[in-house]
Amino acid sequence: MNSENESISFDVLIVGAGPAGLSAAIRLKQQAKKLQMNLSVCVLEKASEVGGHIISGAIIESRVLSELFPDWENLGAPLYTKVAQEFFLFLTQASYFKLPIPTQFSNNGNYIISLGKLCRWLALQAESLGVEIFPGFPAAKLLYSSDGSVKGVVTADMGLDKKNNQTDHYQQGIEIYAKQVIFAEGCRGSLSKQIINKYKLDNQSEDQVYGLGLKELWEVQESNFEEGEIFHTVGWPLPADVYGGSFLYQLENNIISIGLVVGLDYKNTWLSPYDLFQQFKSHPYIQKIIKGGKRISYGARTLSEGGFQSLPKLTFPGGMLIGDSAGFLNVPKLKGTHMAMQSGVVAADALIQHFKGNVNLANKEVIGYGKQIKENWMWDELYRARNIKPAFSLGLKTGLLYSAFDSYVLRGMGVWTLKHKHVYLQRKGKTKKSISPEYDGIITFERLSSVYLSNIHHIEDQPCHLQLKDATKAISINYKQYASPEERYCPAGVYKIVKQPNAEVRLQIDAQNCLHCKACDIKDPSQNINWVVPEGGSGPNYAMM
Amino acid sequence: MKILIPIKKVLDPAVHVRVKSDESGVDITNEKMSINPFDEIAIEAALQLKESDATSELIAVTCGADDAVSVLYSAMAMGVDRSIHISTDMELQPLAIAKLLARVCITENPSLVICGKQAIDDDASQVPQMLAGLTGWSQAMFVTEIENKSENELLVTTEIDGGLENLKITLPAVISTDLRLNTPRYITLMNIMKAKKKQLDVISSDSLSVDVEPRLQTLKVVPAPDEREGEIVNNVDELIIKLKERTRMI
Repeated sequence: MNSENESISFDVLIVGAGPAGLSAAIRLKQQAKKLQMNLSVCVLEKASEVGGHIISGAIIESRVLSELFPDWENLGAPLYTKVAQEFFLFLTQASYFKLPIPTQFSNNGNYIISLGKLCRWLALQAESLGVEIFPGFPAAKLLYSSDGSVKGVVTADMGLDKKNNQTDHYQQGIEIYAKQVIFAEGCRGSLSKQIINKYKLDNQSEDQVYGLGLKELWEVQESNFEEGEIFHTVGWPLPADVYGGSFLYQLENNIISIGLVVGLDYKNTWLSPYDLFQQFKSHPYIQKIIKGGKRISYGARTLSEGGFQSLPKLTFPGGMLIGDSAGFLNVPKLKGTHMAMQSGVVAADALIQHFKGNVNLANKEVIGYGKQIKENWMWDELYRARNIKPAFSLGLKTGLLYSAFDSYVLRGMGVWTLKHKHVYLQRKGKTKKSISPEYDGIITFERLSSVYLSNIHHIEDQPCHLQLKDATKAISINYKQYASPEERYCPAGVYKIVKQPNAEVRLQIDAQNCLHCKACDIKDPSQNINWVVPEGGSGPNYAMM
Repeated sequence: MKILIPIKKVLDPAVHVRVKSDESGVDITNEKMSINPFDEIAIEAALQLKESDATSELIAVTCGADDAVSVLYSAMAMGVDRSIHISTDMELQPLAIAKLLARVCITENPSLVICGKQAIDDDASQVPQMLAGLTGWSQAMFVTEIENKSENELLVTTEIDGGLENLKITLPAVISTDLRLNTPRYITLMNIMKAKKKQLDVISSDSLSVDVEPRLQTLKVVPAPDEREGEIVNNVDELIIKLKERTRMI
């Protein structure tokens, strides 16, 4: 790494080809075209192809898509299945009750989609508008100007071995400069995290809170399939003090999407979101649907659940945050795609206003973006939803009652704003150990057979991308005080405590199983795990998550 | 030297194949597709030959539907000079592909054709041999080493049962690459940008007047039975008991 990196410059660089990043890229090029302006836009994506790391329920409101492409239907956008019937259920172990659906959370008119497919389609549109998209090239490091502003990123090196030595195939990362860098990495982006810290963007906001979503796709028997039917559940198998719920969406061609979202602000170190998800599928109501079917895909990803209260400042010198990198998820509505896309559109519009006047945006902070977000419908939407998630910190039933009151009576316009309560993982002695789960291999499965369905590609001989800031803490704190919660919260079985006779207990990290969900970067009790990007193209290859 | 490298777009090796529920084939909708890994080795071999002879011209060729061009751009990003896409919506079987490639060999007149030894989707390993037959050129299959001896000769090492065979072949020739020949290089971002500006010619398969009608019919595709799970035994005695119980090996 002695030689200087190669470099290349663009007007705008976008990190992450998800719905937010691609919408921003598309809007920039569309507006530039209208104004007959030359504007170069580059998108970096760590997955080996666009959509490969995208995972979402997903139900989407088509309003932003319609704004970008009024004729999206003719252009073949992959929105095929409209929500036809919707339930909201409260589950007990053996039974269920139907709950009413507040009108503002109704999915009437929305589409059940694969977000991965939608992103692939958006990428095609973006490329035809002249956006340069580079899948398989993760942004690994930030580049700062001497005045402290962001001036670009360095892509990840390729061909380093486990010990950081260069192999015969070593390819040094290249430096990509841009007048403005838009971070659209999704929840807990590895560069966004550094940006938020460096510019103290979260000074005025509450701490972000997170959830971990786990999802499977099933091909079910035709007789059990009801196209367009969806439901959400709360209650069993989640303990009453854990925020979360499930979803089941019936897409097309007998494919259903089934998932569980667990708030990562849980206290019990023994809790295992993965096992709760497996257990959830054994509920009679769910079994009835998936019985005789075949599981075809599995994945997991964290999401930002802080909403309005946790939204950081969105701009800094040289760039901005959009999508879930900032935290634009409407938690009670369980929807973020339209918000992510809209934030990309607003960011693009703010940039265009300056580019139009030939302003050199290098090193500048485009504060107009933050202002325009506040004038946009998405600000109002986020504001109205702000009190639901924190109300659940008082327990499931209180939360449900409050939500009903807030949604039906106040319609989100209460004068107060509830705070997110800080919750820390409790030590192992303080909480009850749960019984080890059993998997039947038909409806419930162990972690590794699930990870197999994520189509992970990961060259083993590369530096470990799950870095421990202090390796001794894995045993002295995590193992001794918390009974190594990473063994349970990791949905891919990456972390394993190895006990061998005549040897000290040690933590084994199987980084090649990593699904890039970022749960470890969030949930580690002493914030000792740092998730960085691995070699380009590593990680899952989701086909239609 | 002019080198032609036929390549194929296949399901990415990291993706696990799923058989369609009607057993008509495997479901590749939305799955990640890549250059056949053996063809990547062929490209790398050609690039290495070019490194020792800068006057070489490397041409990648693929046959298939419009979306097949993505592998040609990957090949050009690796360093191939230009590409040819033989476009067709027909299902192509090995003989049809070999015939189409033979036509390209007539128009391009390369000194060497380097193929991957087989495609990982159908594992047929037929195109290189058929192409050599149709063109009447020399052939060396499953090559693990290549040495450029002179303008009209090539020294290659091929794998045979129980050993290695050293061959001297006269050009023009068709060779197919084994896994051990080399490790393909990474594609760099700069080269992806350069590849977008390289020449890509599209030829309709109809214009080549070749009979590409399928000769083989797929009756049904079934998934392999699940592998039995491994089991850890505590000692040799236990192992022997289990082997006696479950197999007739002892």
